[in-house]
Formats: sequence, structure tokens, C-alpha cells
Amino acid sequence: MREESLKLRPYLDEVGVMIGLEIHVQLNKLNTKIFCGCPLDYHDDGPNTHTCPVCLGLPGSLPVINRKAVEYSIKVGLALGCSIEEHTQFYRKNYYYPDLPKGFQITQYDYPIASKGYINIEGEDGEVRIRINRAHMEEDPGRLLHEGGSIERSKYTLIDYNRSGVALLEIVTEPDIRSPKEARRFLDKLRNILEYLDVVDTTLEGSMRVDANISLSGGSRSEVKNISSHKGAERALLFEIVRQKNLLRRGGKVVQETRHFDEARGVTVSLRTKEEAHDYRYFPEADLVPLKVADLAPGIAKTLPELPDARRQRFISQYGVTDDHAKSLTSEKQVADFYEQVATEVDPKLAAVWIADVLKGELNYRNLGIDAFAGANMVQLVKLLAWDKITEQSGVEVIRTILDEGGTPDDVVAAKGLLKAGGDLVTAAVEEAITENPQAVEDYRSGKQEAVNFLMGQVMKKTKGRADAKEVREMIIQRV
Amino acid sequence: MITVSQTLENVRDSSAKEVVSQCIERIEASKFNTFITVAKESAPEAAKKSKNIKGSLAGVPIAIKDNISTKGIRTTCASGILGGYVPPYDAHVIERLKEAGAVIVGKVNMDEFAMGTSTETSHYGPTLNPWDIKRVPGGSSGGSAATVAAGEVPLALGSDTGGSVRCPASFCGVVGLKPTYGVISRYGLISYANSLEQIGPIASNVADMTHLFNVVAGHDPRDSTSVPGEKDYTNALVDDVEGLTIGVPKEYFGEGIDQAVEKSVRDSVHRLEDLGASWQEVEMPHTKYALAAYYVIAMSEASSNLARFDGMRYGLRLEKDHDWHTTYSEIRSQGFGEEVKRRILLGTYALSAGYMDKYYLKALKVRTLIKQDFERALKSTDVLIAPTMPTPAFKLGEKISDPLTLYMADVNTVPVNLSGVPSVSLPCGFSNGLPIGLQIMGKHFDEETIIRTAYTFEQNTEFHTKAPEVA
Repeated sequence: MREESLKLRPYLDEVGVMIGLEIHVQLNKLNTKIFCGCPLDYHDDGPNTHTCPVCLGLPGSLPVINRKAVEYSIKVGLALGCSIEEHTQFYRKNYYYPDLPKGFQITQYDYPIASKGYINIEGEDGEVRIRINRAHMEEDPGRLLHEGGSIERSKYTLIDYNRSGVALLEIVTEPDIRSPKEARRFLDKLRNILEYLDVVDTTLEGSMRVDANISLSGGSRSEVKNISSHKGAERALLFEIVRQKNLLRRGGKVVQETRHFDEARGVTVSLRTKEEAHDYRYFPEADLVPLKVADLAPGIAKTLPELPDARRQRFISQYGVTDDHAKSLTSEKQVADFYEQVATEVDPKLAAVWIADVLKGELNYRNLGIDAFAGANMVQLVKLLAWDKITEQSGVEVIRTILDEGGTPDDVVAAKGLLKAGGDLVTAAVEEAITENPQAVEDYRSGKQEAVNFLMGQVMKKTKGRADAKEVREMIIQRV
Repeated sequence: MITVSQTLENVRDSSAKEVVSQCIERIEASKFNTFITVAKESAPEAAKKSKNIKGSLAGVPIAIKDNISTKGIRTTCASGILGGYVPPYDAHVIERLKEAGAVIVGKVNMDEFAMGTSTETSHYGPTLNPWDIKRVPGGSSGGSAATVAAGEVPLALGSDTGGSVRCPASFCGVVGLKPTYGVISRYGLISYANSLEQIGPIASNVADMTHLFNVVAGHDPRDSTSVPGEKDYTNALVDDVEGLTIGVPKEYFGEGIDQAVEKSVRDSVHRLEDLGASWQEVEMPHTKYALAAYYVIAMSEASSNLARFDGMRYGLRLEKDHDWHTTYSEIRSQGFGEEVKRRILLGTYALSAGYMDKYYLKALKVRTLIKQDFERALKSTDVLIAPTMPTPAFKLGEKISDPLTLYMADVNTVPVNLSGVPSVSLPCGFSNGLPIGLQIMGKHFDEETIIRTAYTFEQNTEFHTKAPEVA
């Protein structure tokens, strides 16, 4: 593992890709908004139903900090290895936009709630540390609904302030990421940590929104906004690398600018250049007093759950699984929970193989989550395999059948007659295959190894696949 | 002028409804343009209901500065941009007043968004000084002070960002308090410069001012800068200054001070000395930087505080909508007056990249020095006494075209807001028939001592008994 606490990672390719991310995380598991008491359960309600003078920015209203939002933010900061300073403070970021009812956003600037942390990810060149510059709290603006879809074509725009004032934590990395794939891995890892902390429901739309900064060979960087998924981040960055590369090849120059990711077309388009950049005129928000937070950190640290990296180490030591399996099993919290539930009842190593190598693949193929497969079914299946009742091939079939049609492993095995064939039956099938195929026997004897495979296929056909392939092979070789 | 005790007596003898209806008659007959909105419907209703309220101000009419949010009563900040805005919620102070049974009779005139020293920048025209209608009532809470001085209402609320309660109290010969920052909740006060301002009570005498202060002060969890705890300030209404040490800062008697003002204030200090206090001169060397620092900070905050007025959700709307950017610009250029625009532009400039260090951050450093001046001066003294305003009320139109000269008039009031300490202004003399204001400043959260000093002075002088001829 390479640790670079001070200097940047070197470029990994000839074009010198450098990526930094800013991730806006909605602390949507809170009960109320960041500066008022409006509840967050607005997703099923009509527009502008969860508002008050504060989140509408009515004249004379004042913000009051949600203590729980501070605690959640410290929790995330600690989980990312950040330090929590003595004081934290809020600032105003001044700009005009219809979704911003006060004409400024309350955010943090100097004295963010957490700074200087990291996340380890699987990089292009082994495990690497991506440094976190800071994490700061701010309020979400309202949501604009352009009638007719796009901002260019719509006749008018509606504003929904239900989202206005939802607590955001903006996590800013150093430019330590070296490829779009690494960016995606970073985002997946961050989401995993947030799920472990139970501060964000990442299934809600807009719960993690990404801005990406990218430059080639130390040139000017472009900032890509409006990335709403991890896959989108990878695509937007791939597009940017190609765009910047082509620009340079044609003798052009990359200019510092903000670009917008058009998800539908998979391209980025220029929003504004450096010259047109806003001057946000950050200055302290006097309506919120500086918060003393250092004292809160030790207590919150005690409440931190086991995090993915620690759990991965524990899986290796406690269950004796391989590092690859441990990594795969802990990359999503629900999968890790599922595994532990199964591992307590059956051989944990066998369970790891079947969950990490088989079940996850089948789920991915069907775009399903781990909740599509019951833990009890996995226990039953691993038992059948451990007791040698079914073959590995049948095991895969059982998983596929349950995912596609439902049922339990016992049901599927019974219905499809998958119980492993007994010794006599297999011996008879082997004898038959040899007698019926003299040519194949001859071929094998004259040195054609493939002939064994043909004979094995005949045996499998006769036993309907219930014979153990390795055993069959040995029996054939012995006899011919 | 009307006192609270008189009003309560009238309520007892007739009814709150009767008292309020007479009050509204006086307001409607006013020659001083004191009110922007008269609560003709809600006030009689509230008066009727006040019968069942056992509060200390049950049935007493009160005027509210038009930058304090009142549920169901139009609140304009004396600006065109808030035309037609009727708030859906009450400010904390309004809730407190309603609990005490006070009856809100309407919203009083002010400088637009509290930006001014004369109430001449109001979209609804200037308020006139009841002592001389050719003169300004002071500002920005000019309507609040003038309506009390004119005997229209016994009580009013103003707000004080750089002297906006004390200046009009001084010019109109009434009593006004700027409490310590954090003592009265700002929830519902429409911000001009939120790190400097406080809501403040105005009345015809120290006791009434204190009763009103007692009702509206106290902790409010909706204002993060509101301090915890409740006090009974009426305990400070004691006629005794024996052993009190007064500091007289020489910098507050500087260039441009009217001789009659200086004499009245010095005489007042001697009067208190006769009553058992002692006095000494103190130095507050950074006072000369206060005006510059104040205006930089106030304008910077204003540029941000006033950004929300874009006509999208409430307030002024123009005939035709364009793209949002153009619509914002047109609404703001038509809705705001000249002085407001000037302060937004200057404040935006002071916060801009490349200028922030030079202006805003430097002003914050000066603010710290001013605070230290107060801490040092109040270490060896209990209160500081100085003129509230360097002159009596000036003429309408005299300074409005020259903003710098107008800003200079705030020289003795802004240091108090920069430091956050409490300060009261009360009448201490007359010059050519115009009232002169005495400013008594105290330590943070020590309103009691300045109230006691003011009360003692008032009890032993006659100035508060004089009222303008309004008939």
C-alpha cells in the first residue's frame, strides 16, 4: 500500500490525467432540514408542502443549526480519517439563482467541519490513498422544474422549495485520482462508507451529486457539473479526457472553465469560462454563531460502526476467506450483512465462494440487489454443496432458478432432479459410454486427450449432469 | 405625550376598544406622516380580545417599525420592492407583545430598509418632526419616535443598526434604548446589517420604555445570537446614582458638535454628580475610525441581506416577465430607492475579490479595536455619557443630497453597534425649541445600570415633561 500524505501521486499515463472530485451528499436520514424544523419526508408529497419562513428565505427569518446534522457530519468526517477542528463556522456564498430564496447559500469556507482525511481504493497501480481535502456543511437549494424538459426549450420554470434547506455535506478530494475508473471506485467506496454510517439513503434521487475537476499533464482544469451517478462520473470523465486530448493534439489549449454534463448525450458542454466565473463574496454568516465542535468528536467517535476496511480485515481473520473474497463481500454493506448471516450457519469459506463468486455475478447480470435472494436459501444451498448432495453446476442452476422463478434450493433440486447421482449409476454410465464409443476409446489410446472430454459428455448426458465431473474423468481414464 | 399608566387607566375606565379607536383617530389625523399602514381591522379585534389577557400591556396601543414582520399586516420596510407583502408570520417581539395584551395599531415610517438618519429615504415620503415640521425626526426609526412624540401612541418599537432608535429619540425628545446585541430576538426583524442591529423600545419616559423592553426582551431559540435567561428590568427603575462612576469620552465632543448640545450634556453629567455620582474623562482613541468601519460592515452585510428581494416569491412584480436575470434586474432597479442601491453597490464592492482585505476585513479589525476601547473605558467606570447626536434635528432636505455629511451625523451612535453594548437616549435639554438627546452607554448585558442612571436623571429633571404642540 502506497501512502503519500503530502505529495501528489505521479501521473500514471502519458497524457497525465489528474482528477479531483467534489461530492454533495444529502444527509437525508435526518428528520429535519439543516436550519429549520421542516421534515424531510417530502418525496411523496406535492411541491412546496414542506416549507416555512426560514427555508423560503422570507424577510426576517433566521437560521438555527440542526445539531444532529453537525453530529452526522462529524461522523462522516471521522470515518474518512479527517480531523475535527476546535471551531467550525458558516459563511454566505452570494449569487443569484431562482432556486436560492435568500440570494445566498449558507455554506462553510474557512473552518469547515472536517479536514484532511482519506479513502483507500483499488487504484490502477494497486491500493492507493485518495486524500480528502475537506468536508463542509451547507444547505441544498430548491429544485427547478423546466416545463418541457430542458432549460433551453421550456417556456417557464417551476420552483419547488421542498428541497430548499436539506443538509448537504460537500466532500472535496485532492486531485489524487488518475483515471475515470478510479473515480468510479472512489465514489462506490464513499457510498459504501456512508451506508455503513447510516447517514444517507443513497437510493433517493440526488442523494449523491458529483462535480469533477480534470486536467491533463498539469494544464488548465475543467470542472464538470451535474453528474448524478457514479457511472455518469466515469462517462463524463472519459469524454473529458478525449476532448482535452483532441484539443491538445490539434494544437489547441485547454481553458479553465465550468462544463455541464449532458447525461442523455454523454457529452460535456461549456457553461462559463474563468473570466465569467462568479465572485461569490464569501463572508461570515453572522446569524449563526461559531460552533465549538472539538468536544463532540470523541463521543461521536465511540458510536462509529465497523467500517468497510476493518470489516474486510475481520472477514479474513475470523472466517479465513481470501482477501479478494473479503473485498468483494464488504464492498456493499447489505452483501456483507448477508454473508455474515450465512457464515454463522455453514462453512464460511464455502459461503464466501458462493456469495462472492456466483451469487453476486448472477445478481449483477439481472440488475438485482442482494435482497432478491433470501439468506435462508443460501444457507440451504451451501449445506447441499457441503454435503456433496449436488454438483457445483447444479448449485449455479439452483441460484439462477430461484432468482428467475422463485422457490427454495430443496424445491428446485427436487423439481429438477438435481440430486447427485449415486456411485452405481455413474459406474454403469461410464461402462456404457466406453462400450458404445469404441472410436473415442481408440482415439484416446492413440494420444488424443480430447477424446476423454467426449466420453465425459456422454456420461453427463446419461446421468443428466448429476455426476461429479472430476470423478467421472478419473473413472474413464482408469478404464481405457 | 401619552404614558402607559395613563393608557392603562383609560382602558380600565372605558375599554381597550375605545382607547384603540381614539388612538387610530389620532393617527389618521396625524400631520407628521408617521404611519405607513394603519391596522384598522386587526387593531379593534385585538383590542376586544385583550380584555381576556392579563398581560402588563393589556389594551395598550403600540406602533411597530415597518421592518418587523407582522402576521396579516403589510410589512414594507418603507420600500417599493416590498409593495403588497403581507407576512405569514409574527416576529418574536410581536408574539411577546400579543401575549402581554398590547394592541398593534399599525406600521410606522422609516428610512427605506433602515438605511438613513432622517426618515427621508422612505418610499412613502418623509416623516416630519413634531417639534418643527420643517425638520427631520431623525432616523431610521423616525416614524416610531415621531408618533410617540406627537402623542399618537404611548409606545413604539424601532430598530437600531447604527443609531436608528437613539437618533430619532434624540431629535424627537423621547426615550429610546438600543439593547445589548442578543438581548432581544431578531427573529422577524428584516435585516439590514445583521451583526449590528437590535430591536429597541421607544416611549415618552424611562419607565414606559423599560416596561416595553421587559416585555420584548428574553431568549428565543429561533435566533442563534439570542442569549439565554430572563430578567425583570423594572427592578432597575430606582432613583439612585450614589457611588456611580461616569466616564465622559472626550472623542464624543469633537469637531462639528453644536455648542448647546455640548453644554446640555455636560450640565447633565454635573446634575448626576449632584445626585451622588462621580465622573471622569475617558479616552476612546479609535472612535475616529468607527464611522468608516461601520459603513463598510453595514453595507457589506446589506448587499447580501437584500439579495433575497427579487420579486419571485413576494413583493414588487412588473407587468412583463423576461428571462429571470433580466426580470430580477428590472424589479430591483425599480423597487429599490437611491440610498439602498448606493449601499448595495458599495457593499458588493467591499466584499469583492481583491478588495475584501482592504475594506471588509480591515473594518472587522477596527471593530475589534472599538470593542476594546469600550472594555477599557468601562473597566474604571459604570456608564459612559455623551451626546446622542452632535446637533439637534436638522432641516428636511438639508443633508439628503450629500450622503457623506449625513453619514457623519452618526459619529456618536455607530461605535455602540460595533461594540454591541447597550445605550439609551433620553431628553436632556433644548436648543431653540428642539430637543437634545443624552446618550448613556453601559457594559454588555448591563441594561440595569443605564436604566437606573436614566431613570434617576429623569426623576430629577423636567425635560421629559415637555411635549411639542401638535394641535
